[in-house]
Amino acid sequence: MAENIETMVPGNVWKVLVKPGDKVKAGDVLFILEVMKTEVPHAAGADGTVKAVHIKEGQEGIDAGLLAVEIE
Amino acid sequence: MRKVLIANRGEIACRAIRGCKALGLGTVAVYSEADKDALHVALADEAHPVGPAPAKQSYLVIDNLIGAARTSGADAVHPGYGFLSENADFAKAVIAAGLRWIGPDPDSIDDMGDKERARLLARSAGIPILPGSARFHMGALEGLDAAAGEVGFPLLVKAAAGGGGIGMRRVDQLPELAKVVEATQSLAEKSFGDGTIYLERLVERARHVEIQVFGFGDGRAVHMFERECSIQRRFQKIVEESPAPHLPATTRARMAEAAVALCRQERYRGAGTVEFVVDSDSGAFYFLEMNTRIQVEHPVTEMNTGLDLVALQIRLARGDDLGELAQDRIRAEGHAIEARIYAENPARNFLPSPGLLKQFRLPDAAPSLRIDTGARQGDQITFHYDPMIAKVIAHGRDRDQAIDRLLAALAEVRVEGVATNVPFLARVLSHPAFRAGDVFTGFVARHQTELMRGLV
Repeated sequence: MAENIETMVPGNVWKVLVKPGDKVKAGDVLFILEVMKTEVPHAAGADGTVKAVHIKEGQEGIDAGLLAVEIE
Repeated sequence: MRKVLIANRGEIACRAIRGCKALGLGTVAVYSEADKDALHVALADEAHPVGPAPAKQSYLVIDNLIGAARTSGADAVHPGYGFLSENADFAKAVIAAGLRWIGPDPDSIDDMGDKERARLLARSAGIPILPGSARFHMGALEGLDAAAGEVGFPLLVKAAAGGGGIGMRRVDQLPELAKVVEATQSLAEKSFGDGTIYLERLVERARHVEIQVFGFGDGRAVHMFERECSIQRRFQKIVEESPAPHLPATTRARMAEAAVALCRQERYRGAGTVEFVVDSDSGAFYFLEMNTRIQVEHPVTEMNTGLDLVALQIRLARGDDLGELAQDRIRAEGHAIEARIYAENPARNFLPSPGLLKQFRLPDAAPSLRIDTGARQGDQITFHYDPMIAKVIAHGRDRDQAIDRLLAALAEVRVEGVATNVPFLARVLSHPAFRAGDVFTGFVARHQTELMRGLV
């Protein structure tokens, strides 16, 4: 099942934990934003394979609602 | 001393600016591009830009801050808390620029900043420390079992590079140890780029109690009693109070003596906080760390002692005689309690909530109510800085009255545009276990269900 993971909140990209081709399970953390000095993990909602990653570690000041990871 | 640069932002910058003004000193604010219209900028006599919004390019750039001090003609620097307040290089740079540093000697900052050295110094001052092991580097685990035996179970496996609870795992018995250590090392390597771990005794029902201290820099020091800071969420304090509920008088006195002993040994200069873990079952206490700066929750102490800690910091730095600050003249009256208002959304797992403060109304200050904030209606709360937008501190003749007053004050808070933890704070303060003073660092986790009911 295809799933688009969007950023929940504006912030900096602290960690990107997956790359295209990776198999992920529901609940796996895909990337972590740094927002107000707090880590905000973003997880997969369902099992699948990472199709594309649109953010990079160290990227600063990204908006909320940005398409970050595509899973299929 | 005539003009003080405040190397900070937000509520503590406002607090320090007001403190300087009360002493007749000129004030210089610094600001990042995101803060050019902030309250601390408006309050200061003058303000200087120090760089773009990210703190790493502004509030954390030593050269920019020293530059602002030079341009403004400031002759002293107050660091506040956070940012560069516990950075010995900054303190040295301030002193090297011929300015007064309103803080402890850089050597003290270094001593306490290195957690291993701080533990050793605490031990030599006669303070109990939690049993802990040497460090184990990635893949080098010889002697691990023996070290665990010495520390004792249950224990915590902690990532040396970790913090804020990340990379911490509990182990109850020896057979689980190797597996947990390997998992923690691999997680720490992935998260921090350093897989080094150590073992530390786990206190089951731990309380976090700290002593406010003030050293004169010549081996003399006094304390201003304790603050109970056990109510935390994700290792972030949310409610602090003094006195600590149900803490036996003898424990309180012994902790205060221990904290003062450490300050004497260190010839500590200025305001500081010695943090302890208290085992609520046995009553034993252990040194955790010392913070070499003014603390977020310092108003709790100011409310029930009547002292002005920021003024004392400044007056010590300018060489005033603080003869009136004798231990037997420091008294605490009644009960004080603080709640930290964070821009975060309890209904979304406390997701940080940056945004425009469309409405921001706080109750008026009163003799029994203090409001410390650096934000105003119309401000943009950005994701660049920490989420605390205000502190509300209430005082009462006893704990119940202080809690009631704090709850009444929180009920008056009106915020629109960003979500806040105010409803959650009210739940904590109203919880029967909290009202009974049954506090420990696991409080929020233990009472999660009741605290969150109706908030999600």
